[in-house]
Amino acid sequence: MILPVVSVNLPVDEQMRVCKRRLMPEGASGRLPRISIVTGTHGDELEGQYVCYELARRIEAQPRLLTGIVDIYPALNPLGVDSITRGVPGFDLDMNRIFPGSEDGAMAEYAAAHITQDILGSDVCIDVHASNIFLREIPQVRVSETTAKTLVPLARELNCDFIWVHASATVLESTLAHTLNMRGVPTLVVEMGVGMRITREYGDQLLAGIFRLMHRLGIWAGEAPQVRTPIVSTDGKVAFLNAPTLGMFVPRVMHWEDVHAGEVIGDILNPLTGEGTEIASPCDGVLFTLREYPLVYEGSLLARVLAREEVRA
Amino acid sequence: MKKDVLFSLKSLYRDDLRVTGYRFGSGEPAACIVGALRGNEIHQMAVAAQIVHALRGIEAQGGLVPGKEILVIPSVNHFSMNIGKRFWSLDNTDINRMFPGYDQGETTQRIAAKLFEVVKNYRLGMQFASFYMPGDFLPHVKMMDLGYQEPSLGCAFGLPYVLLRNPRPYDTTTLNYNWQVWETQAFSVYITGTEEIDERSTRESVEAVLRFLSAQGVIRENAWGPGEHSRIVTESELVSVPAPAAGLYRRFYHPGDRVREGQALCEIVHPLEGNVLARVTSPVDGRVFFAHHSPLVKERGVVYKIITGA
Repeated sequence: MILPVVSVNLPVDEQMRVCKRRLMPEGASGRLPRISIVTGTHGDELEGQYVCYELARRIEAQPRLLTGIVDIYPALNPLGVDSITRGVPGFDLDMNRIFPGSEDGAMAEYAAAHITQDILGSDVCIDVHASNIFLREIPQVRVSETTAKTLVPLARELNCDFIWVHASATVLESTLAHTLNMRGVPTLVVEMGVGMRITREYGDQLLAGIFRLMHRLGIWAGEAPQVRTPIVSTDGKVAFLNAPTLGMFVPRVMHWEDVHAGEVIGDILNPLTGEGTEIASPCDGVLFTLREYPLVYEGSLLARVLAREEVRA
Repeated sequence: MKKDVLFSLKSLYRDDLRVTGYRFGSGEPAACIVGALRGNEIHQMAVAAQIVHALRGIEAQGGLVPGKEILVIPSVNHFSMNIGKRFWSLDNTDINRMFPGYDQGETTQRIAAKLFEVVKNYRLGMQFASFYMPGDFLPHVKMMDLGYQEPSLGCAFGLPYVLLRNPRPYDTTTLNYNWQVWETQAFSVYITGTEEIDERSTRESVEAVLRFLSAQGVIRENAWGPGEHSRIVTESELVSVPAPAAGLYRRFYHPGDRVREGQALCEIVHPLEGNVLARVTSPVDGRVFFAHHSPLVKERGVVYKIITGA
């Protein structure tokens, strides 16, 4: 069933509505375990759309195996998704910086408050992001070090290649994931793919992990899919490659590929002057982030490399 | 006056972004004034430009206090201003959410780092800020309440209000917040209008800053009088008035107007049929601090903020 989560009237004959789809066993009663899958906080991130669709389709293909509640929120920022706008249209506001929102707030804060309330009570929440239009990411779970003890064991189930345990930052306290984690809903942030695109392969990979996690939570009675063993790493093992100059970045390597220290991973080309700058990896490792959008300024992120010793661990 | 390109950034097909600073006097880094950090802060840039203009005159007449340096940076993100964007032209990130910056990071982190390196040692810091919602403020000075700022200093601008704000997580990456962390007395100056220039507000804002510089012993001259007697208020003293309906918006009161409880503040009109959907009344006696100004309003949009008992 499709249920309303929050709605706000827009100026001219339209409502902004956040809806969710609830899947649950027919005739069930009593307290059931519940998982929430949310996506579309940033309107230009579409990878989660396929996951939402396909998760429901696979469950409905075998409804008798469903033993708990699955709540699917495909668009927390529906105006953004529908207009290819990363933030909340009209405000240029990053929706993932206003949680937990406010009951007395304007549209976005009010919506954030109701979304938070609606998800509370879930046993686990998975917040699916898709990088942005500039970078391509391999499927990974990002966990702050303050929540790592609780979340890393759950993240291992998600069939992602990589779990990045990052430092806490005050500014991230206004994210949906932080809000839910602080209120007792273990929330895993998945980053995969690239903005404005859907990568079926990544979606299928994550779906296997979601079914495994649902199995562990007692929501899915079907077989638990086998999942890959992720690399778990911290900030210190991740090398950032930022553009030393401007131009068009053209990669020479593939994403999620082993690279060696000094190996040229791409070139920054200046089509006007004919200048070219080779970009080399600073270490042995694996390339888990690769620039997708060619135009770069000095400082633009080109790639992230997970250092070799961590890959072997 | 000494005009310097503080730092620049190259672009593939556009001119360089040159961030220009105007220095007056020399010696102790006494005061720094930053105008537009965003591409739509046209009025903020215009006010800072008029401060440059005024300080040139003051300097020519010997009105600077020896041993004090003032730095004015009218605009940082005119790259976006020139193409009608609010945030950074390529990736839409907000420079005022990147402080203190990171010199090895992304482009806007580097811009913030370069700017902060220049401005961080000044004793007094002023930034002309803008609000994300469409509307007009009563000119005021905002200070982050970090526990070691001096709110009474803000009164020296002679603007009607000094607003103390409890910082939220997303405030921790703003220029104002980081200035204070680096022990600069920092003030965000809110003026009327962002994308449009309000000449009266421009004049009042320039006078407020010059009055403040004079009170702090940075310039000699004070031809602008004491200004208004400022009241220090906290955010809890501001009452937000939300729109109960969505539609066309008819505003009755402006920033600075005094209103009584029950008085009609605005009407929301059906956008297709023309009838009045809602008449919004003031929940308190007070003074209008913020008034929405777009002709359209969403349900729950904040149409007024009123200072109680003003």
